[in-house]
This record gives sequence, C-alpha cells and structure tokens, in this order.
Amino acid sequence: MADRVIACTACHGREGRATQQGYFPRIAGKPAGYLYHQLLHFRDGRRSYPQMSYLLEHMTDGYLREIAGYFAALELPYAPPPPPQAAPPALERGRRLVHEGDAARGIPACVQCHGAAMTGVQPAIPALVGLPRDYLNSQIGAWQTGQRRSHAPDCMARVARQLTAEDVSAVSAWLAAQPVPGTGKPAAQAPGPLPMPCGGVEASARGDAP
Amino acid sequence: MNAAPAPTPTTTTARSRGPKRWALAALAVAVLLVACASAVAWLNRWGEAPLPEGDGPPSAPPAARSVARGEYLARAGNCMACHTEAGGAPFAGGRGIETPFGTVYSTNLTPDPDTGLGRWSAGAFWRALHHGRSRDGRLLYPAFPYPSYTHVTREDADAIYDYLRSLPPVRQPARPHALEFPYGTQTALAVWRAMFFRPGGLAPEADRPAEWNRGRYLVQGLGHCAACHAPRNALGATRDAAGLRGGLIPVQNWYAPALDTVHEAGVADWPVEEAVALLRDGVAPRGTVTGPMAEVVFRSTQYLDDADLRAIAAYLRALPGGEPQGRRPTPPEPPKAAMEQGSALYARHCAQCHGDDGRGRPGAFPPLAGNRAVLLDTPVNVVRTILQGGYPPVTAGHPRPHGMPPFTQVISDDEVAAVATYVRNAWGNRAPGVATMDVYRARERRGR
Repeated sequence: MADRVIACTACHGREGRATQQGYFPRIAGKPAGYLYHQLLHFRDGRRSYPQMSYLLEHMTDGYLREIAGYFAALELPYAPPPPPQAAPPALERGRRLVHEGDAARGIPACVQCHGAAMTGVQPAIPALVGLPRDYLNSQIGAWQTGQRRSHAPDCMARVARQLTAEDVSAVSAWLAAQPVPGTGKPAAQAPGPLPMPCGGVEASARGDAP
Repeated sequence: MNAAPAPTPTTTTARSRGPKRWALAALAVAVLLVACASAVAWLNRWGEAPLPEGDGPPSAPPAARSVARGEYLARAGNCMACHTEAGGAPFAGGRGIETPFGTVYSTNLTPDPDTGLGRWSAGAFWRALHHGRSRDGRLLYPAFPYPSYTHVTREDADAIYDYLRSLPPVRQPARPHALEFPYGTQTALAVWRAMFFRPGGLAPEADRPAEWNRGRYLVQGLGHCAACHAPRNALGATRDAAGLRGGLIPVQNWYAPALDTVHEAGVADWPVEEAVALLRDGVAPRGTVTGPMAEVVFRSTQYLDDADLRAIAAYLRALPGGEPQGRRPTPPEPPKAAMEQGSALYARHCAQCHGDDGRGRPGAFPPLAGNRAVLLDTPVNVVRTILQGGYPPVTAGHPRPHGMPPFTQVISDDEVAAVATYVRNAWGNRAPGVATMDVYRARERRGR
C-alpha cells in the first residue's frame, strides 16, 4: 500500500508524517473515520484544495476508505514542536480557550471534543496537536467563511464563527507549540458527551458516505 | 455685401446625386443584411419541425427496458459528467463548463417540472440533441456537444429520455451562464450555428463491417470524442471532427492527443484487446489514461460492454493515418545545462518510481523511456503531470491504482522545465526541450 499512496508524500511527508514546520498537516495516525471523510469532502467539494480534489476526483469510496485506513494505522514518532510563535499573554489566552472555552460566548473548550490530550478521539475527531500553525489558522478561517464544510449540523463551523481573529491567532499559536503527548494516538472516546451535535461524527459513526 | 452667387447647375447635380448614391448603397447593405439574416435564420431551422401544440411528457411511466437501455446510453454519452456538480445530486446540473467565451452552466436533467426536464416531451429532447434547440425555442450553446449528439438516433435519444424521466426529480434552478458580450446573445449563437453547425445523422457505410459502423456511431455520436480530440478554430468550432487529429482543450489546457497517428494516441498498432483494456480499465500494457481522459474512463467507457468497446477500438484502429511514420523532423539537441540539472532532479525526485533507466515498474509506475505521452510535440501534458501528479481512474478492472505526487510545491518552474527536458531526451527519447516559459504557459488557463 505504501507504494500506492506515494502521491501523498510530496506534501504530507514521508509516510504521511509531515511536521509542524511547514503548512501541510500530518496524516499518519489520524482517526480512520476522520481521514476517510476528509477525502470524501475534498473529492465532493466540501473542502477546497485544488490539488487534493484533482488527485481524488476519480476514486471510489472503497479505495478512499482503504487509503484512510492505511494512514490511520501508521504508528510513527512525532517531532518536537517548534518554539512558540506568540507572546506569553496570547499563549495564555490560547491555552484558556483550548482548555476552558468561553461559556459566555458559547465557545466550548476544544478538549471537550478533541480529547483531554488533544490527540483526537476515535473514529472521527482529529488531533489538534502536531499540526503547523499556518494550517490551523487557515482551517479555522475556512470554517468561518464556509470554504471548509462538514456534514450538517456543522459543529466546527458554529464554533469557528464564535472566534475573533485574536482568538484564532492565540489558539493556533498555543496549539502549534505543544508537544504531542505519548504515542499521540487518538483517545478511544471523548471525555464526556459532546457539547453540541456534530454531523461529521454522526456520519462517521454510521460509517456511511454522504 | 454682394448677394451670394446662384449655384451652378453642376453643383446642383452633384448635391442631388450624393444622397441618391448613399440611398442606393444603404439599400444594398440593407438587402444584404436581410439576406444574411434570412440565411442565418433559415440555416438555424434546417430540417427542423416545430414541436406540436400541447407538446409534453407522456402520462405513462417509461418501460423498464427502455430505462435500462437509456442508462447505458447516457453512460456512453457521459451526460452525468457535465450535468452533475462535484458532490451534487446526479444529473441536477450546475457544473460550470469554462470556455474561451465565458462559463456555461449545465442544466438540470432530472424530471423536476419547474427546473428540470419534467415538462419536456421525447420530441423536445430529441430536438435538443439533434438540432441544439431548447424546449422553449432558444438555441443551445455548443458546450453541450450537440455537434456530436446530432448523430444520435431517435431511438437512442428516446431511451435516454426515458432513463432521465425515471430519475428522482431534484428541484435545482439553472444558474445563468456567464458569457462575455456578444457571445451570450442568441444572435451571435445563430450566426455561429449558421457557420459551423448542420444537423447530422450517420448513414451506415455498406462496404464497412457492422462493427466499424457501430464504432463510428459511438465515437462520432454519443462518445463526442471530437469535443476534445479535434482541433478548434478561433470561434471554438471543431475543425474536421471526424479526423480526430488532436487538439488543445480550451481553458482546461490539456492536449488531447491525436487518435489518427501512432505517434500520439492512435491504436492502429495495438492489439484490439489492449485498446479495449485502456477504455475499460484505464490502464493497458502500453498506456495509462490521465488528465481529462481519466474522467471519461471513470464515468463512461468503463461501463460499456465488450462488443461496444471492440467496435470503438476497431473504428479507431481504422482511422486514416494523419501522418506517415518516420517523417517527423528530429528535434534539436536539448541544452546541456538543462539536461544536467534535469538529470540530478530526476535522480532525486523521480527515479524511485520511474527507475534510473526510465523503465518504470510494470503494474505500478509507467515507463518514461519511449512513452509517447512524454514525447508529444507540445510539452503541456508532461508539465501538467509533473505539476499536478495524478491517479488513473479507479475502475473495476483496476481498483487500486498507484498515483504520482504533485510537484508544484516541491520544485520551481525552472526545475520543472529542466526535468521535463531531461525525461523527453534521456534513454533514447527525443522531443523538443521545455523552457521555463512553457511551464508558465501550462499553469495558465489559456483561452480565457
């Protein structure tokens, strides 16, 4: 299978283990359901990145599921994070939003869904650590503008639209500076019930294609 | 002050003759314009009968057999590719087809009465395919390939109509086309049609085998191969559609190679089985489909039955060769510096899959040595492939393809030019070198 997905490695790094230094996200070890649905989203126009869409345009659901499963099953070490790219007050603001959210503004803590260790939750919620800051910024931005979408109800779009530009910058700076704990494996389940309904998580639980 | 002199007779004559001449000239121009307009109007109605009063769909549901046949034929015509948006409801339209004249949005073919074909009769559907005219009388843009579909038989058109009528109706209004003036006007379209379109139909050639005739019908009709594989003129009309002599696809900027020469994509020297495999699986011992042809195999030809694929292969194999073999001028030697730079880049980025000897790995990575897709005179496809990478289509016969990474983020345009020059001139290959400007041009969407 490694030979069949060599096309992914130019951007996502050898064996899909891109580091926080560039733009492209690591895909090795992400939850299989999450990866599968992102591949469907790129193919079907719910996520926008022309190179991804071009590569996936003529692929079947079955092959995309196999590709997602391959990368999800890889267990590879993570590189240490780059030094923080923001001043301490911004980093503290980011840390607080990630761990506590802001109930007054309807912003749940990131860890409520993405796991206490922020390494994601099986099978559909991705890790927030081990990713480049530019990538995190652009994803939250894309959710705010509707360029990145998931299945309805689109919980991340709802959360992203509550965030100010300063919030986004603070959260991404703090997350990108965190080391990946342990093996970085996604948690088996979320710490508690999800704070809002998420169509993407439900679709993945059903195991279906949209 | 003296009184003004009386005008001489000469001036009087000149003055009165002037307006007369102008009037005559204006009359001649008017007559000519009326004649042209009548000719355009008449040519646009060539062989066409108006729809009968109270024309509409039949009340009875379509027969299952006709629906099944129609589904097959709709695949052969690849209707769905253009009439479906990425991730959208099948056949509900909305995909933008970019042309050098602006964007044409495909329409909703589902049987929704208000936004789709729900009020259309079989006759109206046939008229759209055969004459390029919509139910309401408007002329259709030839982005809808009716210059090819005009060859489709009434029987086949009726079966496709029955199939489309069997689909779940989807309410999705058409998006207005975004065409530049004057191309968006019906007048411009009428003039274009008068110049370049005549309703067709292919009478079988009695001295040719039935298989050849079937292949010609599929290639020239539903398959609309000429839409990409024939050159176009400045007004976007295909020239010599039957010749399939290759053409640059406008805006998409891929070169659809000539099907009439073994130097490009002709299959005259391939076993029939290999030509069939290429259209069915997307891969064959001597070639893999890439770029826009991947979509054709993915959505259309992989579903055709063996007899039809063989017929297409037979027809393509018998195309009159456009160019005698061995008479191509040898391109000049490529610059040494580019070859050295290209060789180093190749060793670093390409050799892992395509091999030091350019032979690839059978069943996984295609050879570059002797690969005619690499050696096309125009470098646009090889450059696009290096920039974008790509996967062959996933088909039943080839369900787990290997793919190529996009290098657009990895190497510069200068480096793309060097490595393209290298692969076109290493291991006995010889094709014109690639300049950085060629890479810029391949990135642009030419024709917009």
